[in-house]
Amino acid sequence: MRLSHAGLVERSRPIRFRFDGRDYTGFQGDTLASALMAHGVRTVARSFKYHRPRGIFSAGSEEPNALVTIGAGAGREPNVRATTQELFAGLEARAQNCWPSVDWDLLQVNDLLADFLGAGFYYKTFMWPKKAWEAVYEPLIRRAAGIGALSGAPDPDLNEKAFAHCDLLVIGAGPAGLMAAQTAARAGADVILCDEDAMPGGRLNAEVEQIGGQAAHDWAAQTVAQLREMANVRVMTRTTVTGIYDQGTFGALERVSRHVAPGRDDLPLDCFWRIAARQVILAAGSIERPVAFRNNDRPGVMLAGAVRTYLNRYAVSPGRAVTVFGNNDNVHRTARDLLAAGVHVAALVDARPGATTDLPVPFYAGAMVEQVLGQNGVEAVVIRTATGRQKIQSDCVAVSGGWNPSVHLTCHLNGRPEWDSALAAFVPAPGAVPNLIPAGAASGVFSTDGCLRSGASAAVKALAALGRAADAPDIPLAEAGSYDIVPLWQVPGPGRAWLDLHNDVTVKDVRTAAAENFRSVEHMKRYTTQGMAPDQGKTSNLGALAVLADVTGRDVPQTGTTTYRPPFVPVPIAALGAGGRGQGFAPRRRTSSHDVSLSMNAPMIETGLWYRPSHFPRRGEATWRQSCDREVAMVRNAVGVCDVSTLGKIDIQGADAAKFLEFVYTNTFSTLKEGRVRYGLMLREDGHVMDDGTTACLGPQHYLMTTTTAAAGLVMQHLEFAAQVLRPDWDVRLISVTEQWAQFAIAGPQARALLADLVGQDVSNAAFPFMSCGPVTLAGVTARLFRISFSGELGYELAVPARYGESLYRLLVARAEALGGGAYGLEALNILRLEKGFLTHAELDGRTTAFDLGLERMMSPSKEFIGKAAATRPGLVADDRARLVALKPVGPVRQLTAGAFLFEEDAEPIRQNAQGHVSSVGFSPTVGHFIGLAFLKNGPDRFGDRVIMVDHLRGITALCEVCDPVFHDPEGGRSRG
Amino acid sequence: MRFSGLRVLKEGLTGNRGWKPHWRDPAPKQAYDIVIIGGGGHGLATAFYLAKEHGLRNVAVLEKGYFGGGNVGRNTTIVRANYFLPGNSEFYSHSLRLWEGLEQELNYNVMHSQRGLINLFHSDGQRDAFVRRGNAMINQGDDAELLDRDAVRRQLPYLDFDQARFPIHGGLLHRRGGTARHDAVAWGFARAASERGVDLIQNCEVTGIDVENGSVTGVQTSRGAIRARKVAIVTAGRSGQVAALAGLRLPIESHILQAFVTEGLKPVIDNVVSFGMGHFYISQSDKGGLVFGGDLDFYPSYAQRGNLPTKEHVMEAAMTLMPMIGKARVLRSWGGIMDMTPDGSPIIDRSDIGGLYLDCGWCYGGFKAVPGSGFALAHLLATDRPHESAVGLRLNRFRDGIGLMDEEGTGAQHNLH
Amino acid sequence: MRLTCPNCGERDLREFTYRGAALDRPEGAWSPAWDAYLHQRDNPAGASREHWWHGFGCSAFLVVERDTRTHDILSVSLASGGRQ
Repeated sequence: MRLSHAGLVERSRPIRFRFDGRDYTGFQGDTLASALMAHGVRTVARSFKYHRPRGIFSAGSEEPNALVTIGAGAGREPNVRATTQELFAGLEARAQNCWPSVDWDLLQVNDLLADFLGAGFYYKTFMWPKKAWEAVYEPLIRRAAGIGALSGAPDPDLNEKAFAHCDLLVIGAGPAGLMAAQTAARAGADVILCDEDAMPGGRLNAEVEQIGGQAAHDWAAQTVAQLREMANVRVMTRTTVTGIYDQGTFGALERVSRHVAPGRDDLPLDCFWRIAARQVILAAGSIERPVAFRNNDRPGVMLAGAVRTYLNRYAVSPGRAVTVFGNNDNVHRTARDLLAAGVHVAALVDARPGATTDLPVPFYAGAMVEQVLGQNGVEAVVIRTATGRQKIQSDCVAVSGGWNPSVHLTCHLNGRPEWDSALAAFVPAPGAVPNLIPAGAASGVFSTDGCLRSGASAAVKALAALGRAADAPDIPLAEAGSYDIVPLWQVPGPGRAWLDLHNDVTVKDVRTAAAENFRSVEHMKRYTTQGMAPDQGKTSNLGALAVLADVTGRDVPQTGTTTYRPPFVPVPIAALGAGGRGQGFAPRRRTSSHDVSLSMNAPMIETGLWYRPSHFPRRGEATWRQSCDREVAMVRNAVGVCDVSTLGKIDIQGADAAKFLEFVYTNTFSTLKEGRVRYGLMLREDGHVMDDGTTACLGPQHYLMTTTTAAAGLVMQHLEFAAQVLRPDWDVRLISVTEQWAQFAIAGPQARALLADLVGQDVSNAAFPFMSCGPVTLAGVTARLFRISFSGELGYELAVPARYGESLYRLLVARAEALGGGAYGLEALNILRLEKGFLTHAELDGRTTAFDLGLERMMSPSKEFIGKAAATRPGLVADDRARLVALKPVGPVRQLTAGAFLFEEDAEPIRQNAQGHVSSVGFSPTVGHFIGLAFLKNGPDRFGDRVIMVDHLRGITALCEVCDPVFHDPEGGRSRG
Repeated sequence: MRFSGLRVLKEGLTGNRGWKPHWRDPAPKQAYDIVIIGGGGHGLATAFYLAKEHGLRNVAVLEKGYFGGGNVGRNTTIVRANYFLPGNSEFYSHSLRLWEGLEQELNYNVMHSQRGLINLFHSDGQRDAFVRRGNAMINQGDDAELLDRDAVRRQLPYLDFDQARFPIHGGLLHRRGGTARHDAVAWGFARAASERGVDLIQNCEVTGIDVENGSVTGVQTSRGAIRARKVAIVTAGRSGQVAALAGLRLPIESHILQAFVTEGLKPVIDNVVSFGMGHFYISQSDKGGLVFGGDLDFYPSYAQRGNLPTKEHVMEAAMTLMPMIGKARVLRSWGGIMDMTPDGSPIIDRSDIGGLYLDCGWCYGGFKAVPGSGFALAHLLATDRPHESAVGLRLNRFRDGIGLMDEEGTGAQHNLH
Repeated sequence: MRLTCPNCGERDLREFTYRGAALDRPEGAWSPAWDAYLHQRDNPAGASREHWWHGFGCSAFLVVERDTRTHDILSVSLASGGRQ
């Protein structure tokens, strides 16, 4: 119910929202949880396994119960914590995983079957009959499992990622964090202060206390305001540090616009930050834990500190007759605050035998709440005292089993926390994270005065590490209360006592697990699923560990602790993957002729990160094959132009450049003269072919290497490795010039005619023979001309600085068309090379050797080169290796397919009989049938033999003849003339 | 104790007090015939098959921590037989056939679910590579189907077909591929092995391997010395360290592979889907979490945790492939230690030291191999001959270049597989 | 993770690529030394000497000494010794 005092919500700004189809009103500053609580809404969810009713348990991101779905349509978001969802006008929320309603859920029948649904039950059954697991049991389990539902439609919201750098990152803006940030900022450090909440202040916004004579939350607000004015401070609210990574790298999730109505296209929903900080102070506070007792899962059972948060910050009471139960001094503050707010305290139950109180409330010392009564929520509690039992009417139990310092982040680099038996909690181990100093409650200091001091001294230490001196600041007067905890984890007795409220893991489950020999904490966790729900056991891990310790006869530190890993709170995939969707996933590389290709209606296809034209459809051509056939004929009979800029181009210079080429290529390059080009074969150090290409000698000590498009990056890295690591003493420099030069192939009998008209130099066969190169000028631009051919026709490649590329391409295509030719694309390029038996990465697939490819004569016997030694291993030169051949269909089936396997004619097409596979195929208009390249055992010895090609996937079996890979112009005269 | 629905019913009616330990906790004896170092999936499976197939029970599995605490508990649970090179083909095929009867064989519901695995491809060249793979699978006797774009769209309508940077061209469907509950596999093998008399010993770290005259005589452990005629090293991720105890160097580099699970969601992904433009693979567990992963971090690590660039790249791949996943939240991330080999394929072989056997080099593919490797290693230990399904998994193939199984085609650089 | 490139200063991991263990390349014909260089690894759980490439930066190959258990960076130097 809503209380009359102000709290920290803005009464002047009411907000309408909807939950499960009903309309409600809250205030600016409310969370969905506080607003629902103000209206007395008790049941907001159902538990995972038994579908028991669940209410609001906490006031923060540690919430295990109140998970709801926000929004509708494509942007619907499941599993949102009502306790952290800020209210905004028009917010629509729905309960999850219940039907027909959260108040009356059909699957609550599971609770009646609880005896059969204990931990691990599904491992022991569902095995018979065999087919029933996949056909019946599993589908049912999958439908019942899961919590909220994705909309299934593409996420409509924007998200972003960003980087930030600072001297000092302060995680948490409670008293310790604020003090630390202020101290460091005043000393001139560059500070980022972040807090998960919208309103900095931490517990100061939840407690009734004073700092320096003013209300603590006012002190917090003022301190933050001062910090915001400083140029060297960035205050990031609604920002949770989710993970700590190596060398001072932090991940943080900023909820940029979840507190406003959706549909803003000027703001991302979330921003994921990568923060690099030289020093960090962890002032993340602590999280309260409950005590387990019978039926402690009923709506109305809440953390005592959370009850104070609702009372003091949100001006809401969770009940009208509240029982307060716990084992530490803190608990009494809840009773005091309830009284001050005018709420009836049904009982104050302190488990510590010597406890006393001045408060005018029914008080029970050395007593425990043994069970809760009420099916849909707390209706009464049973208190067990030394003398007997007492039943008390109550509609809410505020329970505190103690506070756990938030050590999670300190464990992200494999650290394990240390047990502090005085606090009965884990605290950060010193040095768990380099350059990280825990402060305040996160380090086990619970009084406000202690937190202020702790924050200040942490800042002084951090500043010293940053090389800045600073005096410890004055600490304002603040609460310095005691804690005096006596450990209490569970109240013994019959019935079920809950540990993991979401996954329905009870004390009994942990005991059963131990009995079944799941005695290590990791086994217990995996077997029972304790701690594996969306809250990651923040309020249940220690309780479960203590129960396990107890039942296995060990103490808590002996039993251990599970490892904490990122993320501290769940992070939406859209935030971590911001920028990745759609076209943003990878860069788009375009050649200078891209727009011209588009204007010619060429479909563009991806080649790695590049886009290249597939073919250039002309009028009357309905299929790509028609265009491709025409383009092939055009190149063979007239002239074609193709943009080959995407092939890697590496400029290599230096006194040792020739020696370097000798080292990286298998064949001789020291004899390559200026003005000449040579085909080169490059191996990996393990003796397999890495890439092939041509290298031109452009001048003394100056070479230009080309690579395939696919391997350009790989070759560049390889060459850098060879130069810097293997031959650091050689005088050789490399640089990629792939993007600096636009390069076009001009191929066909009319190629010379086309060029002669264009360039100033003599390009006759005598002046520019096959495999020569040199500078030429056209239209005043200095270009490079290479006489090389990937098509097997008279061919050149003409390169100009990239800014002239588009213009040159238009010119070349126009000239080619005038000669009866035109532009050709990747499909034709592929057929042309296939007809000549030239290789691409379909053949150079990373598993083939020079021997396989029929290129063993390119392996110079007289020099050292990369890959030489490994290439001689017996397995790489074995007779029965599959080696390169070509195939042509000779039976009734005329189609060949790449990826098919080859078998002897009468052999069964099974693995043991496979003789090889087909690597590339295409229809050759030049010879009039399908041709293919393949690898076949003893291939070159079997020309003329017949084999069958079997493609099981497409149901094609074709009889083929094995032949020499060169179908067109085997003498090679056409390219040499 | 036999597990069944009736048993669950009976125990439930009588207060669930009758459940017995899933495995015994024996103290280690002074000597065994066979010692298996490593109580993960492979080690426990080996112990089971030694007992079941070969009647060998004087066997101990020594686990330095708790069973299944290594990679078997950290993977993305995918089970498949879609390798294409000889050596791998027959091995994973055999392993999958063992998976298909595993619940019944172990009397433990490992929740093996053959929901179908689809490898997407995004170019003609990639399609051809998957055609080769699919045909190799069928040559082997396994199943594969080629799906065109429309067929993929019907099966996986939530993928981005219209805006994607790398449009989907089609997919290779492997119907018998799927998932299983990883912890249950380890526990199921442990229980079955223990029931058959094998000693499973936790919290027992091997600190030394005793070798005399070129043969193994036993091990030193944190719980005392144990003699053995045969010792098998089955410690994925730590193979190098354990082998070093015997003075052996292995062709293995240990790398971190990160994996992720989201909060539980109602069913939204029914198959296992793998992306073709970068390693990314995803499925949905029976509890509702989306389980997925991607590439290695690419640097050697024993830390079992990775860094942000790989994490982000995995998430970006998820967003580009299926933008509906944006509102799913990553709940947990973790990492395993991968034994990366120079060809990306595993090793089940004898070492050069008499009586010392190796099961290692599984890269990131060890989970699907659990039954197959246990079966094969048990065969090797029992008969000193490789099982026919594992003849290709030789230790010395790198040295002699015979029978390399480089599925990725990236060569002798351990982290590129 | 952040590495300090001798040329560029402290940069995020995403600019760098791990290449392999920093071993000395043998010469001559195939031998056990070659097998060791290409395949065998000490694979230390501790200090490891590695080649990394600053591919999204200055393109320098670096020798990095790094602890594979904690990811601490122990030292970074230019592989070419500054000659390249």
